[in-house]
Amino acid sequence: MNEEIIIAGFGGQGVLSMGKILAYSGIMQNLEVSWMPSYGPEMRGGTANVTVILSDDRISSPILNTFDSGIILNQQSLDKFECKIKPGGLLLYDTNGITRHPSRTDLQIFQIEAASEAARIDNQKVFNMIVLGAYLKLKDFLELKYVVQGLEKSLPKRYHHLIDSNAEALKTGMELVKPYKN
Amino acid sequence: MGELKLMKGNEAIAEAAIRAGADAYFGYPITPQSEVMEYLAAQQPHKRTGMVLLQAESEIAAINMVYGAASTGKKTMTSSSSPGISLKMEGISYLAGAELPALIVNVVRGGPGLGTIQPSQSDYFQATKGGGHGDYRLLVLAPASVQEMSDFVKLGFELAFKYRNPVMILSDGIIGQMMEKVELFDPIPRKTEINEPWALTGKSSDRKKRVVTSLDLDPYGNEKHNHELQRKYKEMEENEVRFEEIDCSDAEYLMVAYGSSARICQKAIKLARLKGIKVGLLRPITLFPFPTKQLYSYTNRIKGILSVELNTGQMIEDIRLAVNGKLPVEHFGRCGGVVHSPEEVLAAFEKIIMK
Repeated sequence: MNEEIIIAGFGGQGVLSMGKILAYSGIMQNLEVSWMPSYGPEMRGGTANVTVILSDDRISSPILNTFDSGIILNQQSLDKFECKIKPGGLLLYDTNGITRHPSRTDLQIFQIEAASEAARIDNQKVFNMIVLGAYLKLKDFLELKYVVQGLEKSLPKRYHHLIDSNAEALKTGMELVKPYKN
Repeated sequence: MGELKLMKGNEAIAEAAIRAGADAYFGYPITPQSEVMEYLAAQQPHKRTGMVLLQAESEIAAINMVYGAASTGKKTMTSSSSPGISLKMEGISYLAGAELPALIVNVVRGGPGLGTIQPSQSDYFQATKGGGHGDYRLLVLAPASVQEMSDFVKLGFELAFKYRNPVMILSDGIIGQMMEKVELFDPIPRKTEINEPWALTGKSSDRKKRVVTSLDLDPYGNEKHNHELQRKYKEMEENEVRFEEIDCSDAEYLMVAYGSSARICQKAIKLARLKGIKVGLLRPITLFPFPTKQLYSYTNRIKGILSVELNTGQMIEDIRLAVNGKLPVEHFGRCGGVVHSPEEVLAAFEKIIMK
């Protein structure tokens, strides 16, 4: 197993922490992992992205040009990364604020309305976990129990009372994800 | 098995410093290595082991604090990124001249000048060929993973004391900022007794005076001192060369790369092998001493070498010296903070080396 993922969106959406939880989940499952953020001036302008690799084998390059999966949370990131997903790969995106939808026909494309669901339940903080839940539904190599363990490892102890609501959000994401045909 | 954690390279440096029994860290923040001091501050190392953490008023102050603490036989370190390391160079030359052990971490960013905050390997010359003034060398370790960021702190201190010489960890923004799984080594207690015969511990009436200095106004004395330093560097060249070879046994070509660039090349050689191109990767782990003999041993069994660095061609000079004209050696690398992709490296390899 070797899964190369790009997660991209606005700074503050929980892009980096979603990647971190994903990486920690991989460790819980004895996988090799790497987490490489974009850092520097581009963050201040608004977008953030992180490359996460999960693998059975030693990971080579943490810097990649193409990806097996893209988790995309805003228009700029969709414009930038749609072309970087390998043919046959997965594109999962939140429709919130998207005016130009994906145009490629050689990808498996799914939508998750995580932003509107987070607004509906009045808990913006679990937005990224709804997205992550959708991803876990589409890719079955990570078990939910390990992701919850990853959450425990990733969150400081003072936030551990929030683990239940985050685990709940993962399940919500699994239910809400739906295919998109262009 | 030690404790498993997901950490940034910079955080691993900091945690490893506490675990390695460091007595003091003196630093000044700069991107992309600020997490080193940030992590140390959050850990309150003074409470954990008694280790001193001090944010100095400048890089220059920090390296001189390192000099002071090191001269008392303490395990001391500092870290910075390229422009900050340039500021420290006077102090680093003094450390080498006075034969003081210290660990210096450079998380390189693009230069010259203030450059950019993105990753680069453009400080290779500075790290391996002196950097400061005078005929001196640093022992230079080039980590290619977060695991090695941790391991090389421990190793770096050991080597610094073994040779009474400053050791540099030459990392970059990629290895510093990325998170990977790291197995932390068990903590080593801080040394409470200083037994180094040169350390300034306060002269008692029954002990000979000790002097730590890099100054000798007698040129003949200074020449002797220089020869003694050179003997040490020779000893390093004989005993401390470290490198890793990946897919080299049947290779017809080699890529040579260190640190983050070696990771990118690891993927590039995988892609090459899928196309049936037999290329291996030699990764120098110590940049000084350089794996010269090992590279020379390839001269009669391969067709060419591509040196891949995040700069415009620095390590290539050492590779060319190593193979002594017996093989074509060419360079590829993005620079100034731009990072090459594995696909880009492979395309360059096919164009430049295979022609």
